[in-house]
Order: sequence, then C-alpha cells, then structure tokens
Amino acid sequence: MARIVVDPVSRIEGHLRIEANLDGGKISDAWSSGTMFRGIEMILKGRDPREAWIWAQRICGVCTMVHAITSVRAVEDALKIEVPENARIVRNLIAGAQMVHDHVVHFYHLHALDWVDVAAALKADPARTSQIAQSISDCDKSSAKYFKGVQQRVQGVVASGQLSLFASGYWGHPAYTLPPEVNLLAVAHYLEALAWQKDFIRIHAVLGGKNPHPQSFLVGGMSTAMDPDEPAAVITPERINFIRDLVRGALKFVNDYYIPDVLAIAPLYKDWFGRGEGLGNFLAYGDYSSGDQSDPKTFLFPRGIVMGRDISKVFPVDPAKITESVAHSWYEYSGGENGAKHPSQGETVPRYSGPQAPFEHLDVNAKYSWLKAPRYDGQPMEVGPLARMVVGYASGKKEIKDAVDGALKALNAPPTVLFSTLGRIAARALESQLMARALEGWVNQLEQNLAHGKTAIFNPIRWDPDSWPSSAGGYGWHEAPRGALGHWVEIEGKSIRNYQAVVPTTWNAGPRDAQGQRGAYEAALLNTPVADPNRPLEILRTIHSFDPCIACAVHVVDAQGREYTIPRVA
Amino acid sequence: MLSPETTLGEALGSRGVTRRQLVKFCSAMLGTLAMPERYLAQTVAAVTKARKPVLVWLQFQDCTGCSESMLRSSHPDVAEAVLDLLSWEYHEVVMAGAGDAANKVLERVAREEKGKYLVVVEGAIPTAENGMYCTIGGRTALDIATQMCSNAAATIAVGACAFDGGLVRSSPNPTGALGVHEAVPGIKVINMSGCPHNPVNTAAVLVHYLTFHDLPDLDQYNRPLFAYGRVIHDQCERRAHFDAGRFVTEWGDEGHRKGWCLYKMGCKGPEATFNCPIVQWNDHTSWPIRAGHGCIACASPRFWDNMSPFYNRLPNVPGFGVEVSAGQVGTGLIGIAAAGVTVHGILRTIRPVPYPGDQPGADSAPGGTAGKEN
Repeated sequence: MARIVVDPVSRIEGHLRIEANLDGGKISDAWSSGTMFRGIEMILKGRDPREAWIWAQRICGVCTMVHAITSVRAVEDALKIEVPENARIVRNLIAGAQMVHDHVVHFYHLHALDWVDVAAALKADPARTSQIAQSISDCDKSSAKYFKGVQQRVQGVVASGQLSLFASGYWGHPAYTLPPEVNLLAVAHYLEALAWQKDFIRIHAVLGGKNPHPQSFLVGGMSTAMDPDEPAAVITPERINFIRDLVRGALKFVNDYYIPDVLAIAPLYKDWFGRGEGLGNFLAYGDYSSGDQSDPKTFLFPRGIVMGRDISKVFPVDPAKITESVAHSWYEYSGGENGAKHPSQGETVPRYSGPQAPFEHLDVNAKYSWLKAPRYDGQPMEVGPLARMVVGYASGKKEIKDAVDGALKALNAPPTVLFSTLGRIAARALESQLMARALEGWVNQLEQNLAHGKTAIFNPIRWDPDSWPSSAGGYGWHEAPRGALGHWVEIEGKSIRNYQAVVPTTWNAGPRDAQGQRGAYEAALLNTPVADPNRPLEILRTIHSFDPCIACAVHVVDAQGREYTIPRVA
Repeated sequence: MLSPETTLGEALGSRGVTRRQLVKFCSAMLGTLAMPERYLAQTVAAVTKARKPVLVWLQFQDCTGCSESMLRSSHPDVAEAVLDLLSWEYHEVVMAGAGDAANKVLERVAREEKGKYLVVVEGAIPTAENGMYCTIGGRTALDIATQMCSNAAATIAVGACAFDGGLVRSSPNPTGALGVHEAVPGIKVINMSGCPHNPVNTAAVLVHYLTFHDLPDLDQYNRPLFAYGRVIHDQCERRAHFDAGRFVTEWGDEGHRKGWCLYKMGCKGPEATFNCPIVQWNDHTSWPIRAGHGCIACASPRFWDNMSPFYNRLPNVPGFGVEVSAGQVGTGLIGIAAAGVTVHGILRTIRPVPYPGDQPGADSAPGGTAGKEN
C-alpha cells in the first residue's frame, strides 16, 4: 500500500494537502488537510459591526463579496433592519455576477487542465476542430483559421522552451483521452474565457468600485445611490444599459461556450459519471429572492436537504442541527476534544499539534487540519452547485428540473449520474445558465424602479449605534458559488463580541469528526483509480470538481458559550 | 530551455502579438510610471530583445485577491503582455502542476536561475508557532520565502498582507504575521500595497524592471513613488464638493445621489496616498468613491488598525490648498496627537523611517486612531 501526497493542490484558492492510500491501483482511504490559518474572526472581535463586512470580505478574494453580503445580512438580522428593494436587487446582481464569473473561471482556468492535454492540441487538425465547434455551438469564433491561429500560439510557446505556467503539467498522462481536436477547442476557449472574465467583471466595478473586494455594501443597504436625473449618481440610466450589455454578454458566453463545452467533453469521459460520488447528503440554504428575502418560496435556488441520494424527499433546514467537531482539527475545545458544538456556542483555541516542518506525512490518526468538521444532525454533508441542483430538482423547482432533465437527455443518462465528479461539473454549468438568465430580470427591475423615481437603497433606521439595543445577536446566510455559507454575529456595547462563519469549503473539505466519519472530499476520493502514483491526476479531478476555497474554510470562532437565540431560518 | 538566440520579440511574434500592440502597451506603461515618451523606444527595445526572465508568484497567508486582481488587469493588454514578457513558472492558483511537480519548479528556479529571477509574494508570513500556521509541501511559508526571496534578483510584495502583514497582522495578530520585508530582512523588495494591489501599477513595475534592470524610485516604505506619491483627496473627482462644503451626511441623501464629498461618512481619502482615482480598476471602469463609498486607505501602512473604524470621520483635514503633500497631512495629524488622541499608528505612517519596524505583540488595539469624533 502506497501513500500519495498532493501538496500543494494547485489551481484552487488557498492551501490544501491531500494524503491518500493506494491499494491495488485504487484509493482505499484519503485525508484532506487545510494547511493555513489566519484567525480573522479573532481579529473581528471588538470592531464596529457596521464595518465587519469590509474585514470579513477578505476571508476570500476569489469568491470575493460573498462574505460581505453574508456579513451585512448577519448584522441586519441582529439589529432588525429591513433593506430597501433596490438594495436587494443590487446585491442579487453583484452576487449573481460573481457566481457566473466564478464558475466560468473555475471550469476553464482551474479545472480544464485536469481533462485537457495542452500538448496534445498541437497534433490537432484545425479544420476538424472547426467542424466540431460548429456542430456544438453557434459561437462566431469557430473557423479553421481561428483554431489554426490558436494552435500556432501554443506552438510558439512550446518552441520557446519557456512553458511558463504550463511547464509542470502532467502532459501525456494516460488518463488524458480527448481527441487532439477537442483539446485544441478547449485551449482556444481557455483563452476566450480569460478575456471574457475580465470584461464581464466590470459589473462589479460599476456596482462596487472594483473587483476583487467591491466596496459598496452597507449595513442597511448599498452605497450605490440611484437617481435618474443625476449623472453623478452611481446608478443612472446610462449605467443600467452598460450593466445590461454585460449580463447579456454573460448569457451569450455561457450559451456559446460553457454549456456546449461541458456537454461535448463529458461524454468523452463517461467513467467519471461513476466516480467521485462521495457522501450523497446535500445541504442548500437557498437564495436569490425575487421578492421577500425572508421567504424561501421566492428563491431562485430552493432551501432544503437531501439525504442518501434519495431525491424523493426534501427535508427542511433547521440551523439548530449544525455542529462542528475539532476531534481531528488543530484546535482545543473546552469540555473535551470529542464534543460537537453549535456555531453559536462554538469556540476555537488554535493549538498546532502536527509534525514540525519540514515533514513528509501528517499523523492522520490524530489531528491533521486547520479546518473543522461541520455536521448537520451529526451527518457530513456536501454543499455547492450539485447540492443546489439536487435540492432544486428534488423540490420540483421548474427551471431547475427543466435544466437538469435537458442536460440528462443530451447526455442520454439517468439522474443517478449527477452523483459524481462530472455531475458536479455539469451542475455548475447548468446553474450558471440559470443565473445568467436571472441577471437580466434584476437589471430590468432596477431600471423600472429608477424610471418610477423609486430610488431608496438604504434604510437609515439603525445606522447610528446609539439606536441599538445593548446587546444583539444575528445570523446571515447566502448561497455562495461554492455552497451554503453562514455568518453569526454577537454585538455588545456597540462592538462585536463574537463573530463566526461556517463556510462551504469547510463542509466539503473538512476532516473526520469524533465518530471517524469522513468529510465530502475524503469520501469522494474512495475507490478512485490512480494510474500513476507519481502523477495523481485523478485525485485532482475529483478534488477540483468541488472548486476548493481553503482560505474561506479555515476560520476561527471564539464564543464565550453565551446563550444564543437560534437564528430564524425556516 | 530557451536558446540564447531566441528573443522575446520572436517569441511574441510567434504568439500573435504585433509590434503595434507591443508599442501601445509600453506607452501605456510609461504613462502609469509617469515617465516621458522619449523612453518609449528604449522600453520597446528592452522588452523585445530580452530573454524572458523567470518569475515565481508565492502565496502565503492570503485570500488570493491579489492573484485575481492580476487576472482582471485594468489595461486590456496587461495580462497578456506581462505573461508574454515573463516566464511565469510558479503560481499556485493557475499553474498546471500540483504537489511534487510544483515543488520541483521552485527547487529548479532557485538553483538554475539564482540571482536572476523575480519573486512576487502575496499574503503575510506567520512567524508564531515556528511558522506552522502556513505550510506548503510540508515546508513553512517562512522557509520557502527565505529561500526564494534571498536568491532572487528582486521581490515584489503585492497587496497589504505581503507589504506589512495586512489584515492578518492586525490586532491581536493571532499568528505573528509579518510582511515579507520584515519576515525576510535584507532582501531587495518593492512593496505594492493596496487591498488588493492595483495590477496596472504592478505591471508597470515589471516593465520598468525589464527596461532598466532596476526598480523605480521608492518612498520610505519601499513603495514606488509613481503610484503612492500623491494624496487621494487631491486627485478625487469629488474634491470640488469638499472645497465648496457640499457633503453627504446620510447614505442615500440628496448629496449622495449628486456625488458630493464622502468625508463626513468616514472617507479616508485625505490621509491616504495612492493613484487609485487615476488608474482606477477593471479596465478603468470605476473606483470605490465613484461607487458611493468612502476610501478605507487600503494602500496605507497598517491601515486595518490605523484607519479603522472606517465610518468614523477623520479628526481634521488640512485640505485647504489644492496641493497638499503627504508631509503636510502628517503635520496636521501630529497636531491631533498633541491634542491627546492616541496616534502611535498614524505617527508610524508618516515618520520618515524605512519601515514601521514594530514586532508582533506590540500591535495596537482594535479601533486604531482614525477619527475619534464621529
């Protein structure tokens, strides 16, 4: 039995290490370790809760803004602030744009090189690539000349001998099985996506001043003042048109490139519909309201839980059932290491007990990660695009059902293929399309409101800290691109007494709990064949299908065990 | 590896970059550097003839926001041109290889390119607990940074965290985090502060280095003067409203809708130096004040502790002349110190010493010095 170590796992956000045992060419066990810790929640204590979002946003610069929106929602919940409709719409636009952008970048720039052999693209016949491109998409850039140009660019890089970021790839690995022509297609679209993403994200610059880390959230609304007659306002008729052009471009990109590429490549890797299935338990908080943010029935993505791959039942989400374990995490718990604590009573005292550097292996029988192990009702859960699509499908949400059934029909496959490495990739593409469609609707709502002089975008009722109760606690949630995200805040004497986040990648990448139950990554790697232990490409495929974000996942809570009202999440 | 006779110009040509595109890019970069056009020919010649230098981009206690910022470069040609100008061999978030294949790249660069390669550092470096708060490939961030930066021609620290520890280092600094110039003393370093760094400035520094084989002029924090030499307040599109006494007094009020000055909402522009209002973000689309929110002085030293609470009004703004230097702003703040406000953080930002130089444990309490009179 051989131990494989992948550290760093590249093409992710943050610092992740995977150790796996290989037995008879297949993974017999696996351990997921986050290897970096900052302590942002400790830093937040004592600060002004109105600015918590500015700090919390820096938890992550890839899924930038997701911690900002969740933070202002938590403080608004604590202080009982309703935000105006325009603020909800602008937040939907910023978050929805983030989701589409993030998913495209993930597919083309973080994940594609696990499936696409750049070197093999040199052997392609550009005319044949052109035929394939034209058979799967209406995209304009599909001529043989265009693909020949791309091929020459790649040739130039290879001929120079300086391969830059591509120098260290596993090129020629036997698990790369695409025809050369499809490799060339994907390389071309890697470059197209690189250009598109920086153009599209200007929507964040308009509505937030910059990306990453847009700077327009406020507790009580948004700073993007609206006025139909003031050119110096942030949201004006002219800028609405600019935003509309960008979101239409996003839908076109998803329709012309992302969806056809996923549907073209997936059938060529059919085995991966049967690999990487993991836990089979799915959790979604739901989000993106078209009306009342407190009413899940108005959400684009429904709230719910599916257990054991049984899509005949959807269970309600009860946040009181969320706990975290540190049995295998480098933290101490009062009352014993094996206890599980609700986030509201959570505590974190970092205490590194692993091997000193430089080290070869972690002691996986003891503590081995900076991530905690979140559990729902004692069970490990998967969150993210697949969870959203499974919960939406099981809930009978029409748009989601149509999208999933359409893709399954195109792939000629039953719904069970969703529970796989490729299922995660397909779910991410499908929800990008749903979101890209929804974006224009929100732009239109904003335009209507502006035209009718309905310009309120901030509720000033609790801006002055003198208007606050002496103490308050609140909870904010969001469906971030990587899944269910929650922030808890406790305010006392106008400052933060305690702050904590339970983050999507903590759910997915967390280690074992006190009962020895594996986290989602660890479970998904089981039984995966690995052709070459020195080049464990197959491990990257399944881990990347979750789109890891480790900086998000490593967080710290330091509650004082104070009584806490369970937040209202129906 | 590259044969000596292969020039970057040939490599660019084979990648479809025309000479016209290259000249346009170099011209834009000179503009950012505030250098005259007469250097254009030299710049074009330098970037065309150079063998592509190797660059490694290291990520430590980071959020990857500075890497993402680089991918969103504001000038349309920046990402492509910079990628074409350098052999970008290690960058965890985008590189093809993982695990051993990635670690071997660092070993090879340190060995074969010793003294010639550039390092970009993103994120703070933890020093508490023997550095075990951040490990990559079983090695500590401090170990990797010491090896790679000590053997490099120069180190470019991007973002607030690599500059001075940033958010990670703010009180109570749970991990003993430091910026790279403090964690690895004695290296040649240029600091591109900001949260995130502005990729146009970083690209300009790279072009300057390729052209003149040296770093541009630096301030006392080793930040390039072209980007960090002027006060934001003096470059702000809302400055006329400040001078005329027109202020936003409540979010969403008439003044807010008309784009008036955000000083009373806590804007830190009068104390911050950065070319953010000029270079802007995401292809020159906007910047935070245009989005209706005050500046948080994200390019200033230790801004998280020194400039927060972010919504509190600055105590005093001596901004009555159009040209107010950073030094004059500092003088005004010393006056506040004399008035009894705790300002050791602010003093640190203006004192003309090379670096803040403080140690973990001596960090200021939450809620630094900016604005005690809201």
